[in-house]
Amino acid sequence: MPIHMITMPKWGLSMEQGQVNGWLKNVGDKVAKGDEILDVETDKISSGVECAFDGILRRQVAQEGDTLPIGALLAVVADAQTPDAEIDAAVEAFQRDFVPASAEAGESGPQPEKAQIGGRTVRYLKLGEGGTPAVLIHGFGGDLNNWLFNHADLAAHRTVWALDLPGHGESGKAVETGSADELADSVIAFLDDRGIDNAHLIGHSMGALVAMTVAAKAPQRVASLALIAGAGLGEEINGDYLAGFAEGSSRNALKPHLMKLFADPALVTRQLVEDIVKYKRLEGVNDTLRKIASEAFDGNVQRTRYRDRLAQLAPRTLVIWGADDQIIPAAHAQGLEGDIRVHVLEGKGHMVQMEAASEVNRLLDDFLGR
Amino acid sequence: MARKITFSQAINEALSQEMARDETVIVMGEDNAGGAGSPGEQDAWGGVLGVTKGLFHKYPGRVLDTPLSEGGYIGAAVGAAACGMRPVAELMFIDFMGVCFDQIFNQAAKFRYMFGGKAVTPVVIRAMQGAGLRAAAQHSQMLTSLFTHIPGLKVVCPSTPYDAKGLLIQAIRDNDPVIFCEHKLLYGREGDVPEESYAIPFGEANVVRDGDDATIVTYGRMVHYATEAAQKLAKDGIEVDVIDLRTTSPLDEETILESAARTGRVVVVDEANPRCSIATDISALIAQRAFHSLKAPIEMVTAPHTPTPFAGVLEDMYIPSAQQIAEAVLKVRG
Repeated sequence: MPIHMITMPKWGLSMEQGQVNGWLKNVGDKVAKGDEILDVETDKISSGVECAFDGILRRQVAQEGDTLPIGALLAVVADAQTPDAEIDAAVEAFQRDFVPASAEAGESGPQPEKAQIGGRTVRYLKLGEGGTPAVLIHGFGGDLNNWLFNHADLAAHRTVWALDLPGHGESGKAVETGSADELADSVIAFLDDRGIDNAHLIGHSMGALVAMTVAAKAPQRVASLALIAGAGLGEEINGDYLAGFAEGSSRNALKPHLMKLFADPALVTRQLVEDIVKYKRLEGVNDTLRKIASEAFDGNVQRTRYRDRLAQLAPRTLVIWGADDQIIPAAHAQGLEGDIRVHVLEGKGHMVQMEAASEVNRLLDDFLGR
Repeated sequence: MARKITFSQAINEALSQEMARDETVIVMGEDNAGGAGSPGEQDAWGGVLGVTKGLFHKYPGRVLDTPLSEGGYIGAAVGAAACGMRPVAELMFIDFMGVCFDQIFNQAAKFRYMFGGKAVTPVVIRAMQGAGLRAAAQHSQMLTSLFTHIPGLKVVCPSTPYDAKGLLIQAIRDNDPVIFCEHKLLYGREGDVPEESYAIPFGEANVVRDGDDATIVTYGRMVHYATEAAQKLAKDGIEVDVIDLRTTSPLDEETILESAARTGRVVVVDEANPRCSIATDISALIAQRAFHSLKAPIEMVTAPHTPTPFAGVLEDMYIPSAQQIAEAVLKVRG
């Protein structure tokens, strides 16, 4: 059996290094493909590093507290029979040849761009080439960085576009009514502008509602729907969260609400909170969020529901949910009629595409086909 | 990706965006318009360090040159504010503020109070302060505490380009007189700043780092030294809260007291001279309101009680260092 090197992953375009927060497996533990073996924190988020191999954890090369560049050696997995001397030699060879990517090289990678579409600034990120393109639509109060763990993996086999909805990220902040209809029209205008005839729409939370609305308005544009913790599939939604997010302006006010987004509240880093505080200070954001929330939701009730005609909206549909979602109950994934693939991931929350990124990427890739 | 600009550019952008939004916003000061139209000069100088460069042509008639008479034009700015304008007056060095104290302390700061709330004075006075530029004792002082002392004034000391833009926009929109203190060694500092307009509310401190082992309270340029000290201490396993006050009036007492009560060990860092300073003010607040949580006497790291020396080596010794801050933390840790 070969010796497998587990290295510092690159999550998102801006990541250059990560800090080892702690080990989840001990040396000598049996590990399987998909197991999380250690926690890593970046300036954006904390997450578990998954093992891509079956075997025994033979070495913890990185120490808790170490800050290491992407690609640096974290751990070694091999079978129990591999001699220690061989593992030590492999580690030594790796460390001797390892050259961290320079910061400049990191910055020359793909960056988000901006376009004027329908009189509004739209920020988007394009990665990958070919295939039927996938378009990633974030949720309420989010932006294209909500997909930072997903962009690159999905772009390995197709063009991937992620955009900031009106009122979000670095797109223009003004909306008319803020209805799902208006947001869907802005996505259709984006598809027109970028010359995308037909795409897989992948929506998270309110972005799923927007994706379904696009499919209802322009079915010929939609190759498939992938709905992650989607709004629009049931009645309940956590109105306290929506109100708290829309009204909160300081770190202390927002943090308790943001912690509901993840099953593991420790994933809410200070930088994540700080980024949201900075977004919320931007001119026009709070007005727009209030409009969008009141159009889509009435307290704890979602106004628009596609549940009864979901199977008719698109040729194929995938639904992914975190079982511990505190914003929109995972129960909405159950009892959907028609040929719909449903995956509910245990122990994960509303931001399941971040919290269980590798698993969600695998499910999406498998669903989209190559 | 967020765009990086300098502290100086962030101030310029805040002025420009507010001038575009509200035509009552005007800029006045020495050499703001100077140089415009002279041979070989395409643009106005934009003040002594060029912070307002580019605004003169963009907003015709709204960037005014003033005589070298701070008493005169600060008075004019206060009067214009009382009559409905939103002037932003640039006063080169805060050290020259002495000749405008009546205009600031007796007029601007008192109008709202003495006219029963019927008058507002939305004036912003920008001035550079702080040591480190080899500019000697009359051009290097940190006078934040003088203005913080006066009820009716708001006092802002940004530490980053992001804060400079958001706090200046808030200052311009605020209906009270605001003294906006810019540390002269921060002008070239770069940081991520959104292109869009945004305001940072006054009285909301920024917690730059989290830690339960000690609290450092500071503001302005010292935030960076405190952060450097905290990073160094973190390598030895000592995690420190670093609180950037952002505004010394109003003061975010809640954030200071919460942290002090949690850690019980406090270092206050102030580049100013120690007597009647922000350092003593914060120390008194904590001593009075969080005394029973304290596990060690509060430490202050400040400049000594002397004028700023002109000699470079002495000036460097005069300014508090990251090393001194780290040592103070170790001292309160016991």
